[in-house]
Amino acid sequence: MTKRFALGIFEDEDVLLHAVENVREAGVKIYEVFTPFPIHGMDDALGIERSRLPIAAFFYGVIGLSFALWLQIYTLGFDWPMIIGGKPHIALPAFIPVSFELTVFFCCHGMVITFYTISKLYPRWKTPVLDVRSTDDKFVVAIELNEKTDLNHLTQLLRANGASEVNEKEMTKF
Amino acid sequence: MQHVSPVREPLVTGGKTYHDVTQDVCRQVEAAPNVRWMAALAVALFFLGVFFYSVYRTLWYGIGEWGLNKTVGWAWDITNFVWWVGIGHAGTLISAVLLLFRQKWRTSINRAAEAMTIFAVICAAMFPVLHMGRPWLAYWVFPLQNTFGSLWVNFNSPLLWDVFAISTYFTVSLVFWYTGLVPDFATIRDRAKGPIAKVAYSLLSMGWKGSAKHWSRYETVSLILAGVSTPLVLSVHTIVSMDFATSVVPGWHTTIFPPYFVAGAIFSGFAMVLTLMLITRVVFKLEDYITLEHIALMNKIMMVTGSIVGVAYITEFFIAWYSGVEFEQYAFINRATGPYWWAYWSMMTCNVISPQLVWFRRIRYSIPATFVLSIIVNIGMWFERFVIIVTSLHRDYLPSSWAMFSPSIIDIGIYVGTLGLFFTLFLLFAKFFPVINMAEVKSVLKYTVDNGPTYTGHDPHHTTPQTATHGVPASAPVNYDKHD
Repeated sequence: MTKRFALGIFEDEDVLLHAVENVREAGVKIYEVFTPFPIHGMDDALGIERSRLPIAAFFYGVIGLSFALWLQIYTLGFDWPMIIGGKPHIALPAFIPVSFELTVFFCCHGMVITFYTISKLYPRWKTPVLDVRSTDDKFVVAIELNEKTDLNHLTQLLRANGASEVNEKEMTKF
Repeated sequence: MQHVSPVREPLVTGGKTYHDVTQDVCRQVEAAPNVRWMAALAVALFFLGVFFYSVYRTLWYGIGEWGLNKTVGWAWDITNFVWWVGIGHAGTLISAVLLLFRQKWRTSINRAAEAMTIFAVICAAMFPVLHMGRPWLAYWVFPLQNTFGSLWVNFNSPLLWDVFAISTYFTVSLVFWYTGLVPDFATIRDRAKGPIAKVAYSLLSMGWKGSAKHWSRYETVSLILAGVSTPLVLSVHTIVSMDFATSVVPGWHTTIFPPYFVAGAIFSGFAMVLTLMLITRVVFKLEDYITLEHIALMNKIMMVTGSIVGVAYITEFFIAWYSGVEFEQYAFINRATGPYWWAYWSMMTCNVISPQLVWFRRIRYSIPATFVLSIIVNIGMWFERFVIIVTSLHRDYLPSSWAMFSPSIIDIGIYVGTLGLFFTLFLLFAKFFPVINMAEVKSVLKYTVDNGPTYTGHDPHHTTPQTATHGVPASAPVNYDKHD
């Protein structure tokens, strides 16, 4: 499906931040903002909710810890108990290092896999972008257009808020 | 929003704009390889060849090719293992610990330091795997069902803890590094001209577009990875030190080992980071990003950790005497005055005396002096591991088993060979990957450069939009006080 976008190009992140707030206040829905680096305050300006990834990471860690304890207690305590240095079969202090490492292992990899999955980031042969400069030095505000949108008005609004250029772009797959 | 004192030293010099950062970093990725790089790669590949030959000899003829004997059953292999793992720790320290402490200066060195971590851990892993003698059975270290034998692995053994620690450390460092690379791959992808480069960097960049939502998650992920990597890096060398500390060999059986090893690891790691950075900044003309200020700061960390190591040496000696244990006392007297006295005193000179020179400002800010110091520290830290391992083993409780160790040519070949492996990987990284984290450098550029990229002055809030950008109308109704 073909989508049409108006792209407001900004040169500076602080101008952008205020522009995003003003544009949203004016009742225009912003499709997405593309920036070359993370901008602090952008989440609030765009109304992006706080990510729940930390909560996910915590539970992945809990899973890792439970798995590690189960593995060690089951193998050395029940499946094939061995006397090692006269210690009890379930020698918890000796299990701490592996438990810690597996907690970290599950926490990190679980979180990172979740991050890539929910962000739909995976290797692609081709990556269409709205403006190639948005990974270099320009800050791009993309607003989706439909038949009813008044492009002139939108252009004026973006320019008044500091956009150095306003372009129109069509994307077939985005 | 943050405010940076105007008296602070700038993190990036030369009044760079965002576009300059992209240009400066992408230049060597996009240009044809230069002669100096190819010459360096040729040397590294030669030593990689030495590595493969030595590995072939080890696998074909067995561990007998090494200089080990019944008394000294662990020598260069474990020395090199600990040396390489230790070197790796500086990368994690820079990327994780300094992130948590909000040390913005780390932004221009973290990428290369993390790469160093990963390559160093690869080199380290070679030694225990080769020492198994039959590396194709290396999967036996994992807890697999007893169809592979009759027993499970022993979770009480520090060597098994090492398996878990090193594999967690390696994989976590790898994803941390890669996730940081994704936005920079996207930058290279969007600049790429050739069809191969376009596809290659498109695949590597995972479809990153830099949308605000993704950046928000990216920052969360980075922060948590940093938070988790910090205890991880401490745990890894703690566990490495427990390989020794949980045994009853005189000179090893001490509780001081974990902090002592961690400090030593960071010490040697920073030395290696300095060696690499001093070369990289010149070869790739990145002097504006890796400034003298960075070098001085890293020198300071090297001095602090070097001093901790020095205190640990003295403490060890004192405790050996104070413990009243005859064997412990002999182990330390033997280290300083026995047949390996030269190794002990090389270690003391390189690790205790040389970092103290950094107290002098002239040395801290001198590139040649820093370069020489960083090499000396790396040599010293290698000797430290050699001293701990070989001098403790070669004369322990039973004088009739005392023996000497000397390395075989294959021992030397594998060690020198891992240096070849390391530098081959590092040179390939430096050519095809962005050596500096562009996105992070851009994000600190405005607040640290003496002349910000678009605004003049340090505080963006009190600047008028007219001076800001081209194309902004003078009457722009932008409310600049809103965010204060």
